[in-house]
Amino acid sequence: MLAYRATYLTGIFNYTIQIGAYFFLWQAVYENQGRLGGMAQEEMLTYVIIAWVARSFYFNTLDRTLSDEIREGQIATELIRPYSYQWAKMARSLGEGLFRLLFFTIPGAVFIYFLHPFGGPAGWTVGVLFAISLMGSFLINSQINLLVGYLAFFTLSTSGILRAKRVVVDLLSGLLMPISFYPLWAREIIEYLPFQAITYLPNMIYLGKLEGLKAIKALALQGFWFVVLLMMSYFIWRLAVRKLTIQGG
Amino acid sequence: MVIIEAKGLTKEFKIFRRREGVVGAFRDLFTRQYQVLKAVDNIDFVVRQGELVGYIGANGAGKSTTIKMMTGILVPTSGHLQVNGFCPHRNREKYTRGIGVVFGQRSQLWWDLAVIESFRLLQRIYRVSEVDFQQRLHRFEDILDIGDYLHLPVRKLSLGQRMRCELAAALLHNPTLLFLDEPTIGLDVLAKANIRDFLKEVNQTLETTIILTTHDLGDIEALCSRVAIIDQGKMLYDGSLDQLRAHWGEDNLEEVVKDIYQGQQPPGVKGWGE
Repeated sequence: MLAYRATYLTGIFNYTIQIGAYFFLWQAVYENQGRLGGMAQEEMLTYVIIAWVARSFYFNTLDRTLSDEIREGQIATELIRPYSYQWAKMARSLGEGLFRLLFFTIPGAVFIYFLHPFGGPAGWTVGVLFAISLMGSFLINSQINLLVGYLAFFTLSTSGILRAKRVVVDLLSGLLMPISFYPLWAREIIEYLPFQAITYLPNMIYLGKLEGLKAIKALALQGFWFVVLLMMSYFIWRLAVRKLTIQGG
Repeated sequence: MVIIEAKGLTKEFKIFRRREGVVGAFRDLFTRQYQVLKAVDNIDFVVRQGELVGYIGANGAGKSTTIKMMTGILVPTSGHLQVNGFCPHRNREKYTRGIGVVFGQRSQLWWDLAVIESFRLLQRIYRVSEVDFQQRLHRFEDILDIGDYLHLPVRKLSLGQRMRCELAAALLHNPTLLFLDEPTIGLDVLAKANIRDFLKEVNQTLETTIILTTHDLGDIEALCSRVAIIDQGKMLYDGSLDQLRAHWGEDNLEEVVKDIYQGQQPPGVKGWGE
């Protein structure tokens, strides 16, 4: 279990650097500014911290795992098992996510809190809604990763696509900055995409900017995107398995 | 009882043909030339319960492709295939409950987990009762001699040790049918002998039907009374080992197989390969 201690520790280090960098960046941006994109400075700093802390839970490398398994033919050893490939992969990622949540996300958040106290969720209801929306982030992010991983069925050179996907998700999910910072035309497009449901909507729930019915609506939107993506990945899977070739004998 | 029934089983692959040189590579970007390869070509194959069939052929003859269709991984291009009463790829999740598979070239144990943890996980996946699990585990410990390294992570095992664990893993749920794709590849003489003895015992005591592909004719001689030979996707011979030797008038199996792979005809036998 501790064979990957180094990975674990560098992971913590990595997240500290990321959060630290964005933290100071936004501090500098807010210098002599009142509100930007509808957010005060403290809200923005909380946003950054929560966005990265949440990411340590929902993040996974399913896209690369799938792509590698398909490219190297290792998928054969999964197909001989009496389970659904995609659900088994999701379950495994959820396990990893819960592990990180307990040993990484929560200790990390406490650590950061001592460095710079940030606002908690406004009340229990908000906390619970946020927790549910985190699960939504995980489901949507995993489905997107599955879909991108499946591209390896159709093209064997996937590394560029994987990198592009990562940038797109970081940018359009609201991890790098809140969607409210984008120009109006961009916001209108982003609202019709599933990515904002990964970071932006959960964070808005956390900050109390989506309350009551609006918060429920955000959760429903997450549910909608999950179902749509799930249907897409089922469809592509069925199509791809028929054409499957096992690489390397 | 018929376990495997294949009629006219065929698998075609579309292969992208690369043109030579820089100009060729550039042209490939726009128009691609494909070539259809018949990896398995119109095969008929029937296996009854309790049989131990050796399935041999030169590299690239179509052995693995056949096995992958029979295990539900690949979808046949045409033909009829029924195994254990299932159409393998269509009912894959149900069908795979009743089979065990070992790929000699790939590990299906969890690389970072201790062997016993892998077994426990499989116990859950195949819903094996604790009593059955313990009983089978003890038995495998005895015959395969894996007791000493059950608590080591799979990545620390030698190939021979790992292969024994793979076999145990494939049999924990007591499948009626076991597919072995080159299970003795790269193993030393002792490990091979150990695995052969184990397979023989499994086949005899549990009546497990076994399909075995191998390049080691020692495996075939030690285990199989029936042998099927595939060449360029076509079934060349399917029958007893003794009859094969008789056809060629040659006792040394290796010589017989060499001649077959070179495309020779057995002396004085009509209808060979049809």
